[in-house]
Amino acid sequence: MALFNLTINGKKQQVDVGPSTPMLWVLRDHLNLVGTKYGCGIAACGACTIHLEGTATRSCQLPVSAAEGKNITSIEGLSENGDHPVQQAWLEHDVPQCGYCQAGQIMSASALLEANPNPSDAEIENAMDGNICRCGTYTRIKAAIKTAAQVK
Amino acid sequence: MTLVKTTFDRRSFLKATALSGGGMMLGFSWMSSCQPALEQETGLTMPDEWFDINSYLKIGNNGVVSIFSPNPEFGQNVKTSMPMIVADELDIDWKNVVVEQAAYSPEQFPGAPFGQFTGGSRGIMSKWQPLRVAGASAKHMLKQAAAQTWQVPVEEITTEAGVLHHEISGKSAGYGEMASAAAQISVPEEVELKEPKDFKIIGHSKKNVEGKNIVTGKPMFGVDYQKEGMLIAMVVMPPAFGMTLKSIENAEEVRSMPGIKDVFPIKTYQDDYKQGYFDTNAFPELVAVVGNSTWETMKAKKAIKAEWEPIKSSDNVINRFGTDINVHTPAGLENTSDHNTQMRALMAKPGKIARRDGDPEGAFKKAAKIIERSYSAPYLAHNCMEPMNFFADVKGDKAHMAGPLQGPGLIEPTLAARLDIPEESIEIEMTRMGGGFGRRAYSHHMVEAALISQKVNAPVKLMYTREDDMTNGIYRPTYTATYRAALDENNNLLAFHVKAGGVPESPLFANRFPAGAIDNYLAEEFSIDSNITIGAFRAPRSNFMAGAEQSFLDELSEEMGKDPIEFRLELLKRAGDDPVGQTNDYDAARYAGVLELVRKNSSWGQTTSDSHRGVAAYFCHNTYAAHVLDLKIVNGKPLVQKVTCALDCGIVVNPDAATNMAEGAIVDGIGNALYGELTFKDGVPQKNNFHQYRMIRMSEAPRDIEVHFVQNEIDPTGMGEPPFPPIFGALANALYRATGRRHYSQPFIGEGISLG
Ligand code: FES
Ligand code: FES
Repeated sequence: MALFNLTINGKKQQVDVGPSTPMLWVLRDHLNLVGTKYGCGIAACGACTIHLEGTATRSCQLPVSAAEGKNITSIEGLSENGDHPVQQAWLEHDVPQCGYCQAGQIMSASALLEANPNPSDAEIENAMDGNICRCGTYTRIKAAIKTAAQVK
Repeated sequence: MTLVKTTFDRRSFLKATALSGGGMMLGFSWMSSCQPALEQETGLTMPDEWFDINSYLKIGNNGVVSIFSPNPEFGQNVKTSMPMIVADELDIDWKNVVVEQAAYSPEQFPGAPFGQFTGGSRGIMSKWQPLRVAGASAKHMLKQAAAQTWQVPVEEITTEAGVLHHEISGKSAGYGEMASAAAQISVPEEVELKEPKDFKIIGHSKKNVEGKNIVTGKPMFGVDYQKEGMLIAMVVMPPAFGMTLKSIENAEEVRSMPGIKDVFPIKTYQDDYKQGYFDTNAFPELVAVVGNSTWETMKAKKAIKAEWEPIKSSDNVINRFGTDINVHTPAGLENTSDHNTQMRALMAKPGKIARRDGDPEGAFKKAAKIIERSYSAPYLAHNCMEPMNFFADVKGDKAHMAGPLQGPGLIEPTLAARLDIPEESIEIEMTRMGGGFGRRAYSHHMVEAALISQKVNAPVKLMYTREDDMTNGIYRPTYTATYRAALDENNNLLAFHVKAGGVPESPLFANRFPAGAIDNYLAEEFSIDSNITIGAFRAPRSNFMAGAEQSFLDELSEEMGKDPIEFRLELLKRAGDDPVGQTNDYDAARYAGVLELVRKNSSWGQTTSDSHRGVAAYFCHNTYAAHVLDLKIVNGKPLVQKVTCALDCGIVVNPDAATNMAEGAIVDGIGNALYGELTFKDGVPQKNNFHQYRMIRMSEAPRDIEVHFVQNEIDPTGMGEPPFPPIFGALANALYRATGRRHYSQPFIGEGISLG
């Protein structure tokens, strides 16, 4: 075990965990931020997507030791009142079914729009192909991303 | 006006709410238990006092209404649509409704084990009447209360959007003002239900009541469950089907790993336990490991060394809701190649005859031409995005359980038997499910969690890893079907023959279309025992048969020189006008209705673009579905441009949500048809995570999906399953038009998709 200083959603936090502990479990188990989801643990589903210095990152593959000193944003910190344009667009299109994948989808989508405010269909697909939705809400996700792009 | 009998009385309802310790009538669930949070979330001011009106609802003194959603939610949106039905009959503004997920309570919501079951696309269908009666009888009680207060005849009282009016005297009062008095009125024996034309909420799209919670990452899933002092548990399963636990070799060593509390074996069912139909479980003996945190427990799980041994073959009697059925489980390590050989061998022999009309054998002898085609599909894993998990807190003879499950009524008796405590001592909270698809109708992991909690004497959350989830069984079985058609020299259809089988069940539905439309018809089936466990998977059996049947009808129509939709409509006309046999289980007119609707909306027959179209239709789970699918081959890969879908599920309660379900079913179906596959080698599933198990991705989903509903006033039926099966057929038929090659065995990608 060791102490790690983290900046999560703009707040300084300290955790005492093993250095190999993935950020996914640091968030979920140690910081009570459970919006970030476990889906595969091997960077193959996108459910655990967070922002590391603004870039969409699979937190199941990010050891806490590599996150120290970096800015991390989880779904809980994407906006203060749940009104990020991507979140609003998600509500407008009533995207979720079961909802389990959606935090990861939203984190991937918001990072995409940050880097590329007006993505083409191909660019959207490219950025989102790592996020599985077993319920099959892809058409709505894509439409919501386009709506959010117009707002931004 | 429709008068219906109320099915609950106030006494049983009060008993139910008292039993639950008031826990579910007061306060909200653990996720949003405090009033301010709820107020912030809903934007509504919470009342100072709630008045219980009936099992489904309570009214606050300020007019806010809280409605219970009785059934568990896995994305089909019943948590929104069920309360919509209550609210409409109650005549309340949807803005003033808050929704609570009910806990499992067979007294409050009778009909166990299926009273609070989500599956089989039965939710809305089975709750339609009770939900309406709950709303209508509450409205009736409010009217009675107003009539008594104002000393006027109840018939003169009208309601609108949560307000009671007496036009003659000019009096009016909000529901909140009358709630206290209404709570004293006895439940009417009969209530009047609205005419569909008077619905104000039903049929008008409402947003998902959990939308904001989902997009902000609020805790709501089983994996998110927390309790003071809670430990994390994981299990180690045998490495292959056909194996069981012999001994744990390094328990001491693993126990000393950081953060680890204990390592021990558990046994889910006792030897003399007679399993229920949903108690399916390939691995009743497991190694459990318990620790402080998920990562530590995961590491310890990997470090466990155990000795496994082959299972012995067994013959068990299973209790299928009161009927005993015999199940043979063979020993041995099974292989997909052996399954395929076995299925081919049985396909060559006569099967068990499930239906025969006319003289099929004679007609085949006379045929000028016989068309015969065989179809197959592999095992599939459900792959719910939220892996199996459950929270358990077992203390003495009390068990508090919480987690994602489709059928609390199915597993509560199992758990009661295993812990040897009464069912009343078990409390089950139903968390939102991160997908279900049939998998969560089987909840052996809940029993595992309870046994682990009991052993370590602490609350625990049992978590399956993705690998556990994918290799644990309860799969969609592997199936095969051979279709034959006899044609005369003028290409008239003389006879039709289907033979279907699978491991370990047959997928056949002998009385479905085209049975009833053909004079000479034969349906046969077979099955092969296996130790690989199977279970319900989104539209069980239909999810294979629809694709096979609809591909065959397509090929047949081509052979007969007919338009594929016209050919189906001709058959349906025959089945409607002069059906063969008495047991056809579809309504030919409604079946034809969706085909006609999809034909119109897809502009069928007009050659427009460079894409290729396939059509398919199917009836299962009480709803009719038809799709037209347009695809292109781009860089050797099929790309679905558009799917036009027509559905007849009767009254559509929440149109946009129903559309979302259909879109999801279409995407899911295309993914499974193209890529879905699980094979076995020496009992070992050959895929254990998403790097191997290919799931459809956004770039492979249709560019556009258009969903149309047949407009009628028939009582609503389900939406979770029906749009799923026929998409397999529509895709196969479009692939043929694009590539010139028919696709017979799923996953289609495995057959290689190429032009020409
Ligand atoms: S859990 Fe990290 S990508 Fe799946
Ligand atoms: S909404 Fe269920 S997995 Fe995406």
